[in-house]
Amino acid sequence: MKSPYFTPLVTVVLLLAMLGIGGAVYPGLLSVQVILNLLIDNAFLLVLAIGMSFVILSGGIDLSVGSVLALATMMSAWLLQVAHWPPQAVIALVLLLGALFGGGMGAMIHYFKLQPFIVTLAGMFLARGLCYLISINSITIEDPLYLAMSQTQLGFLGGFVSPSALIALLMLALAIFLAHFTAFGRGVYAIGGNEQSALMMGLPVARTKVLVYAFSGFCAALAGVLFSFYMLSGYGLHAQGTELDAIAAVVIGGTLLSGGYGYVAGALSGVLVLGTIQTLIAFDGTLSSWWTKIVIGALLFVFCVVQRLMAMGAARRAAA
Amino acid sequence: MAAQAASKDDASAPPASLLRHPLFRPLAALAVLLLIDLIAIPGFFHLSIKDGHLYGSLVDIVNRAAPLMLAALGMTLVIATRGIDISVGAVVALSGTVAAMLIGGGPQAELPLIWAMAAAMGAALLCGLWNGVLVSALGLQPIVATLILMVAGRGLAQLLTDGQIVTVYYEPFFFLGGGYFAGLPFSLTVVAVVFAVIALMMRKTALGLFIQAVGINPVAARLAGLRTASLIIFVYVFCAACAGLAGLMISSNIKSADANNAGLLLELDAILAVTLGGTSLAGGKFSLVGSVIGALIIQTLTYTIYSLGVPPEVNMVVKSVVVFLVCLSQSAEFKQLFSRARAA
Repeated sequence: MKSPYFTPLVTVVLLLAMLGIGGAVYPGLLSVQVILNLLIDNAFLLVLAIGMSFVILSGGIDLSVGSVLALATMMSAWLLQVAHWPPQAVIALVLLLGALFGGGMGAMIHYFKLQPFIVTLAGMFLARGLCYLISINSITIEDPLYLAMSQTQLGFLGGFVSPSALIALLMLALAIFLAHFTAFGRGVYAIGGNEQSALMMGLPVARTKVLVYAFSGFCAALAGVLFSFYMLSGYGLHAQGTELDAIAAVVIGGTLLSGGYGYVAGALSGVLVLGTIQTLIAFDGTLSSWWTKIVIGALLFVFCVVQRLMAMGAARRAAA
Repeated sequence: MAAQAASKDDASAPPASLLRHPLFRPLAALAVLLLIDLIAIPGFFHLSIKDGHLYGSLVDIVNRAAPLMLAALGMTLVIATRGIDISVGAVVALSGTVAAMLIGGGPQAELPLIWAMAAAMGAALLCGLWNGVLVSALGLQPIVATLILMVAGRGLAQLLTDGQIVTVYYEPFFFLGGGYFAGLPFSLTVVAVVFAVIALMMRKTALGLFIQAVGINPVAARLAGLRTASLIIFVYVFCAACAGLAGLMISSNIKSADANNAGLLLELDAILAVTLGGTSLAGGKFSLVGSVIGALIIQTLTYTIYSLGVPPEVNMVVKSVVVFLVCLSQSAEFKQLFSRARAA
């Protein structure tokens, strides 16, 4: 059946059409740098969406990623500015704690059979609350390494990208490898398809599920590090509601929320679609920013309906 | 009945049936919170009557919890059908905005109050219908279906007001959120009426049973001849109506409509209230009383944290820890682990 390729293909076609029409209406939109800016501005969202892809493919959901991102920026800023830690140690510690936070939630979900929605919702409150425990104000980061990461421009296809964009693309490559070429990836798909069957086949369900949430926590912390390169500050209000952007990106990228179906690479097209909508609205200049939300909602609607109709069509063909 | 029997016996050994009552845990959690308040906050249980109105911390808590109780009541039925509605906050923002804009900023209402409120409720009902159709007719997953409205609904409300806060000066509008009826805040009457109507519908008609059937097994329910599609549309419309009413109450209480912040994260608090009340997110069995108690737990917790002089930023940490504890206490695996540890 060609369906698994079909939905992500629709996304890519729509993305190209959007860019094409946008380029015709707004001159200058199709310059290399504008396209690369999509990657630069959304590097953190791409990393979040990569982690979310694994969670959703395994049939779960992680609502805590936006808050963990904020917590990572806050911890980095505090450790650098107040505790004067070396930046390498700060980054390593933040990434480790992110993975532990996610893994802890994964363990609660698996071993105590709690619902992912509620556990990660509580995790979201916890991480956001911990941000405010560190400080209720924004902390500016003045570390030289962070400044360098923020200002470096790497030449790329006639334009430039930020180191963060490069890190995000490397993460994507790693994630695609993990999902499609390792036993872990096959386990994730199997659990998302049917956890009971996966267990009976002798797959390491417990380990895989905990690792999936740990990976998502790690990605959220990494996204936080990238976000603090971008904003050069830590703040408890950073990236509010980003978890839903990440979920939307994954869904637009063709992954089914029920799990077991889709591609990690779809996260990239999903993020680019969201970024392109925002760029189009910025280029127009006359639309108020509220339109962004309405257009994103409308697009999400179109996608879900197209996906759903295709799935129903496929089911009917299979029955006939 | 069981509760009365237990109170006559000595309190140290309540009968097992009482411990196993589904409302025992939420009530116990609320009792623990109230006990902390009794010890730590002087005059917590003090009630006084001024100008024929009842005043006191308890009245305050219940009054503040009113919008959350409404949202949780609506959410309970949605969750009972195995669904979820994360657009509640957006609907709150939308209905408050519509009402405030139609009433206008003058001392006189531009449109008669009743029409403005009807229009706001109409907008909320349309939102519910939209959600319900996406879930039942198109078969979208509830979280995705309502995510669309969550994003777009608030955007729509912000578009209507241009992101500004719309202030209302028309006095009669303030009654819904700030008025008094029979000595008690009027918001309580509203919650009581909504609760009574829906509880009667669940108990005295087969609707409650049907909703449970859909939640336990949608396919079996449909094969058994239930109109699952209409039932699902009904619960989403009801949930949105509750949210719309909550939105009117909130904007009436703060005398303005704030499209950016009204009802922000209310959907998550409502889901939390439902879960704390003992309703499982897996659908099927549900408890309306439990959800009301859940909302009271959340509001009492917030009140307690503020009154104890704990910095407000700790609020979220405490809230999340309470949720973790309550969820663990409901997990059979956790209880097993606990009893095994005690036996060893």
